Amino acid sequence: MLSIKNLHASIEGTPILQGINLEVKAGEIHAIMGPNGSGKSTLASVLAGREEYEVTEGEVFFKGKNLLELSPEDRAREGVFLAFQYPIEIPGVSSTNFLRTAVNQVREYRGQEPLDAVKFLSLMKEKMKLVEIDQKLLSRSLNEGFSGGEKKRNEIFQMAILEPTLAILDETDSGLDIDALKVVSNGVNQLKSKDNATIVVTHYQRLLDYIVPDFVHVLYQGRIVKSGTKELALELEEKGYDWIKEEVAGHTV
Amino acid sequence: MTTTTKHSDSLTSTLLEAYKDIQFTLAASSLRNEGRDLLQRIGLPANKEEEYKFTPISKKIEGTITRFSHAIPSENVDQKTVDENLIPGLDCHLLVFNNGKLERNLSNFDTSVLSLISFADLLEGKMEEQVGKIAKANKDPFVALNQVAFQEGTWLEVAAKTVLEKPVYILQLIQATQEGETVHPRSYIQVGKNAKVTFIENVVSLDDSPYFLNGVTEINVGENSQVDFYRVQDESKAALEVNNTEINVPRDATFNSAVISLQGKMIRNNLSINLLDSNSLGNMYGIYMLNGQTHVDNHTNVDHTMPHAESNELYKGILADHSRGVFNGKIFVRQDAQKTNAFQQNNNILLSEDAVVNTKPQLEIWADDVKCSHGCTTGQLDEEALFYLRSRGISKENSRGMLLYAFAGEVLEKINNENFRDYCIGLIQQRLGTHYA
Repeated sequence: MLSIKNLHASIEGTPILQGINLEVKAGEIHAIMGPNGSGKSTLASVLAGREEYEVTEGEVFFKGKNLLELSPEDRAREGVFLAFQYPIEIPGVSSTNFLRTAVNQVREYRGQEPLDAVKFLSLMKEKMKLVEIDQKLLSRSLNEGFSGGEKKRNEIFQMAILEPTLAILDETDSGLDIDALKVVSNGVNQLKSKDNATIVVTHYQRLLDYIVPDFVHVLYQGRIVKSGTKELALELEEKGYDWIKEEVAGHTV
Repeated sequence: MTTTTKHSDSLTSTLLEAYKDIQFTLAASSLRNEGRDLLQRIGLPANKEEEYKFTPISKKIEGTITRFSHAIPSENVDQKTVDENLIPGLDCHLLVFNNGKLERNLSNFDTSVLSLISFADLLEGKMEEQVGKIAKANKDPFVALNQVAFQEGTWLEVAAKTVLEKPVYILQLIQATQEGETVHPRSYIQVGKNAKVTFIENVVSLDDSPYFLNGVTEINVGENSQVDFYRVQDESKAALEVNNTEINVPRDATFNSAVISLQGKMIRNNLSINLLDSNSLGNMYGIYMLNGQTHVDNHTNVDHTMPHAESNELYKGILADHSRGVFNGKIFVRQDAQKTNAFQQNNNILLSEDAVVNTKPQLEIWADDVKCSHGCTTGQLDEEALFYLRSRGISKENSRGMLLYAFAGEVLEKINNENFRDYCIGLIQQRLGTHYA
């Protein structure tokens, strides 16, 4: 589904990603872990099409299409979804209008009929249950005055509405208490199917107790330096990242 | 600082010459003479003159207008013109002006609640006592010019205890004619005590030929009354306009203003609210959403004279292409005006590198126990927000539209009349080129 080859990316001339290789197949959950500043969020941003990042080398194919040539909106329409680490507040843009516009533009791209107000409302109601989001929140402006946890729930709620084939969760666990973490994880797990895939970007192992990955990759200095299964995450939790850093240093000496 | 006042001598003389033969009633003669004397002394604002520093309107008039006499009523105004410029769904008292002259046959209003009297027909003394006493000629040379040049003069009166359910819709149809390219509408609005009324003024250019519109509106609000005054400026790209609107707001009265400026060549709005007594409230809202070469200057002034009065002001600008916006907001709090609340905000989004905004808050506070705040921001569209919307599958164009509409929406929601608000929303969405709701 997703094939990343030798991806290099920089921001304002500073290289951040320095040769990422990653294959993600339908039905899989991949966790990307790593110390702060290793390039985890950059990878998520580059995949979603954030324009500040310049891809200097490498390629990314998604369902056979060159992802890097697509605009952010077309990536979303193709089925890529980024759950933001810091979802922003947009005063004056109604949550409902925003989501309905999004859903219908995605549907139009896919050659589907737009949803009318009634159908859209029933879709919303159905998906709201999934992340236990309060309807009152959705009558407000987008994310305006939401708590950290509410913002993250809203991200997963949007994901549920848009039904992506590739979901990238960028530090979705940060700032969540354990109850919210369970709700959000539960939402993600329920959306999981054999036809879609998830990339979970996280600093901590605890999210992976709830969203169990098939593969764990450690990102350091812009490269994947180690890959394994969920046991690798437990090892990192126990031993921290220093031993990885030493291993990398050892290789280069 | 210069010690001598420079002025546009030749333009002033040209204009005075153009209007020297106006027939007027005896009552108006003192206004004319006062205006003429003032203009001869101070002249129209010269380039770089402080109050008109960013808006060289005199120069634009000199460079654009060739026939300084009055435009006579246009022959092209008929029922169809009026119908095309009505606000959908708005049940209103309709006043149609053709180059500043009332079109009685095209107007339609209930005379039992709204009286309209030409200045010439006013009871003796009324004009001397009131006209020119709110908007004083010495405050702005264009008020003086209007005093010299206005032709008809319209007195509008809403009696005490009258609540007008339907707003008064003032349709100003403007078109330069062979005879001249200038229009100087003058009106005085008298609202009695315990009354409530909404005015909506729409300035419509009938073609693309240049004109100079120089209006003065004085509003005398009654005690415990509410007056809402809304104005739309979506004129031709050749339109030159100066507007002076000044309002007296007494005890327990409220005045709400909203000005929606979308197009013209150069438009200067001078809006002044005098809060004359306790518990008076003045609100000033505005949107200027400009493209091309349009230049819009909003100079506002609120004068707090007595304790316990409040003013709120919010102007928002969205500027594309080579457009220019100017905002100057003066808040004056006199020594007696303790416990004043005065808030002012001006926010701008520049969509092009060639667009310019000059914004200046001017606070002069002589009382010590007041709450006053002001703020201004000028920036680009929020790239983070844009990316967020696009990352959900919404096109770049629609995402921009949604964000800009949200930005303007804060002002639009201050418009109390629903039909008019919807009309403005329509105009703004049209400008944004997007319909996403």
